[in-house]
Amino acid sequence: MEDKKAAAEDSLAVHSENFRRRSRYTLVFVILAAAFCVITVLNINTGGVHISVARILKILFLHEGAAAEIKIIWGIRLPRLLMAAILGGALSISGFLLQTFFSNPIAGPFVLGISSGAKMTVALAMIFFLERFSKVSSYLLILAAFVGALIATGFILLVSRRIHHMASLLVAGIMIGYICSAITEFVITFASDSDIVNLHGWSQGSFSGMSWSSVGVASIVIGISLVLAFLMSKPIGAYQLGEGYAQSMGVNIKVFRAELILLSSIFSACVTAFAGPISFVGIAVPFLVKWALNTSKPLVVIPGTFLGGAVFCMFSDLIARTVFAPTELNISTVTSVFGAPVVIYMMLRRQKAREE
Amino acid sequence: MTDYYFQTNGMAVGYHGKILIHDICIGIKKGEIVTLIGPNGSGKSTILKSITRQLKMIAGTVYFDKNDLHSMSYRMLATKMAVVLTDRMKPELLTCRDVVATGRYPYTGRLGILTETDEQKVDEAMEAVNARDIAGKDFTAISDGQRQRILLARAICQEPEIIVLDEPTSFLDIRHKLELLSILRTMAKEKHITVIMSLHEIDLAQKISDKIICVKGETISHYGVPEDIFRENVIRDLYGIDNGYYDPCFGSMELPKAEGTPEIFVISSCGTGIPVFRKLQKEQKPFIAGILYKNDIDCRLARLLACQVITEEPFCEIRDETFEKARRTMKQCRMILNAGITIGSCNRRMEDLLLEARSSGKLKEISRIGISNC
Repeated sequence: MEDKKAAAEDSLAVHSENFRRRSRYTLVFVILAAAFCVITVLNINTGGVHISVARILKILFLHEGAAAEIKIIWGIRLPRLLMAAILGGALSISGFLLQTFFSNPIAGPFVLGISSGAKMTVALAMIFFLERFSKVSSYLLILAAFVGALIATGFILLVSRRIHHMASLLVAGIMIGYICSAITEFVITFASDSDIVNLHGWSQGSFSGMSWSSVGVASIVIGISLVLAFLMSKPIGAYQLGEGYAQSMGVNIKVFRAELILLSSIFSACVTAFAGPISFVGIAVPFLVKWALNTSKPLVVIPGTFLGGAVFCMFSDLIARTVFAPTELNISTVTSVFGAPVVIYMMLRRQKAREE
Repeated sequence: MTDYYFQTNGMAVGYHGKILIHDICIGIKKGEIVTLIGPNGSGKSTILKSITRQLKMIAGTVYFDKNDLHSMSYRMLATKMAVVLTDRMKPELLTCRDVVATGRYPYTGRLGILTETDEQKVDEAMEAVNARDIAGKDFTAISDGQRQRILLARAICQEPEIIVLDEPTSFLDIRHKLELLSILRTMAKEKHITVIMSLHEIDLAQKISDKIICVKGETISHYGVPEDIFRENVIRDLYGIDNGYYDPCFGSMELPKAEGTPEIFVISSCGTGIPVFRKLQKEQKPFIAGILYKNDIDCRLARLLACQVITEEPFCEIRDETFEKARRTMKQCRMILNAGITIGSCNRRMEDLLLEARSSGKLKEISRIGISNC
C-alpha cells in the first residue's frame, strides 16, 4: 500500500514538474513572439518617413495607401526586416550547433573565423563575377560563402585534432578570422570603384538594401536547414553528454559530426553572403535562450534560439538604423554593444560555478 | 565448449593501429560480474573502449549474444549494451532526471519525446539507485557519489543486457563505493544483467566479481575465478609490488616490515596481537612473534609484519623443540610484550613461557601499560 502511494505521489511529482517546465517554455515563447510583433511594428513605422500603425496595417494587409508609403514599406522596410529576422535566427542556430560540436559555450561562427572565411570567398566571388558579368546571383554568393565557411571550419577541425585546449582553439579561430579579413581588405583595395561601394558596406555587416529575391532565397535555404537541424535535436541532446555516451546510445558519431558541421556552415554562410559578418549574436542568443528556458534540451532550444536570434537582430537593426539617423551604424557595432557584455557575464558566471 | 554469452577470440586492441594488448580470449556467461584489474596504464580502459566500440578493434572477433559485435548497428548495440564512462561530462542546465532519461534514447521516436512508459522506466531506474530525492537537482551541482549513481541509473534505464563500467568507484568514498557495487550485484543477480568493469580496489574486486581479468602490459596475464587470482604471488606479480605485502585472505595491503635486529618479543593469541604488531611496525621496531598456532589470526598478520614467527601446528600441544626455540629467542630480546593470551589445554606450556618472561624482568603487560606506551 505504502509503495503504491509513494509511486503515485512520484508520478504526480513528475507530472507537475513537466507541467511547470512546459508552462515556462510556453511563457518564454509567448514573450518572444510578443517581442517579435512589437519590434516588427516599431521597425516598420520608424525611420526617415513616419507612418502610423493604422496605416501600416492597411498597407500590409489591404495594400491600400499612398504609393510612396507602400513603396517604403513593401520595397525597403519589410524585406530588410524579414531578412534581419531570418538571418539573425540562422546565425544564432549556427552558434548553437557549433557550441554543441565543440562542447563549449563560447564557440560561434564569428570567433571561430568561419564568418570571416565566408566573407573572404564572397568578396572574391563578387569581384570576379561583377567585373566579368556585372552581376552575381544570390545562390552563387551563398555557395561561395559556404565554401569559405567550410575552409575555415576545416582548418579549425585540423587544429582541434592537435589542440584539445579550448582557449587555444579560439585563438586559432580568431587568427583565421584576421587572415581572411586581411585578404578581403586586400582585394577590396585593388577592386574597381563601383565594386568598392558595394563591398565596403557589406563587409562591415549590414541588413540594408535587401531585395525580395534575396528574402526568397534566404528563406528557402535557411528554412530547409532549420527543419533539418530541428530533426537532429535528439542526437544533439545525446551529444551534449559527450561523444562516448552519444555513441553508446546509438548515434553514429562520424556521420553526426559531419552533419552538424555542414548545417552550421550553411547557416553561417547564408548570413555572411547576404549581410556580411555579424558578431556575438551566435554566442549571446543561445546562452540567453537556454537561460530563459532553464534547459539545454535542443527540442525547445532550437526553435527558441531561432526566434530569439530573429528578435535580437531586428532590434539591433532598428537601433543601427534609427539612433544616429540618417547615419546608419554597422550591424556588428550594435550586436557587439549588446552581445559582448552577455558573453563576459557568461564567462564570469562559469568561472564562479567552477570555483564553487 | 561452454555456451558463452559474451566471447572474444584473439582480440587485439590499441590506438591508431598500434597494438597495446593482444590475444584477449575471454568468455562471459549471462549475469556474471567480470572485473578487469591491473596497474595504471595497463590498458583496462582500452579493452573496455574496444568492447563498447568507442575504439576500433585491431584484430580478432567479439561475439555478443551470438552476434558479431562489429556487424551490429549502433542502434541495435544501444539496446543491448549501456556504459558508465570516466569522461567528466558537464551538461548545461540538465537535471539529474534529464540525464537519466537520455538512457531511453534507443526507444524513443524521431524527436526523442518520452512516453508515459518511458517516464515510468526512468522512475524505476532512479529508484534502483536510490536517487529519487535528487531527481530535480542540476546534474553539475551534485556530489561524485550521486553523479555515479545517476550515471548508473542512466545505464539501467537503457534496459541493456550488459553494462560496461570504466572505474565506476574512482573518486567515491568507501560508503558510496559499497553502495554502488551492491546495486551492481543486485542487478546482476536479479535481472541477469552482465557486468563488465574495471576497478582499482582489488579488495572490492575480489568480493564482488564472478571472474577476474588481470591486465598487464601486452597480454591478459590471468583470467579466472577470484579464488585462483587472489593469491599473493599473482597479485604481487601483476602490480609489481616490491614495497609491501598483499594478504589474499582479507584482500588487505600491508606496508613492508621493519628491518633490523629484533629486540622485542610479542606473545599474543586470537587477535590480541594485531594492534601491537601494527603499532610496532609504524614505529619501525623489528619484532618476533610467538608461539602462534598457524590457524591463529595473529599468525596471518605476524607472517607479514614480524621478522620471525615461531609457529606450531594447529590444535597440537606445543612440542619441545618449538618451546625451546621460543625460549632461546626470547632471551635474546630486550623486551617482551604480552598482548593478552588465552591459555587452554593444548597451549598449556605458554604458562611456563610467561613465567620465565616474568622472572627475567623484561615482560610488560599491554593490558596494564596500554598500547601507546609499548
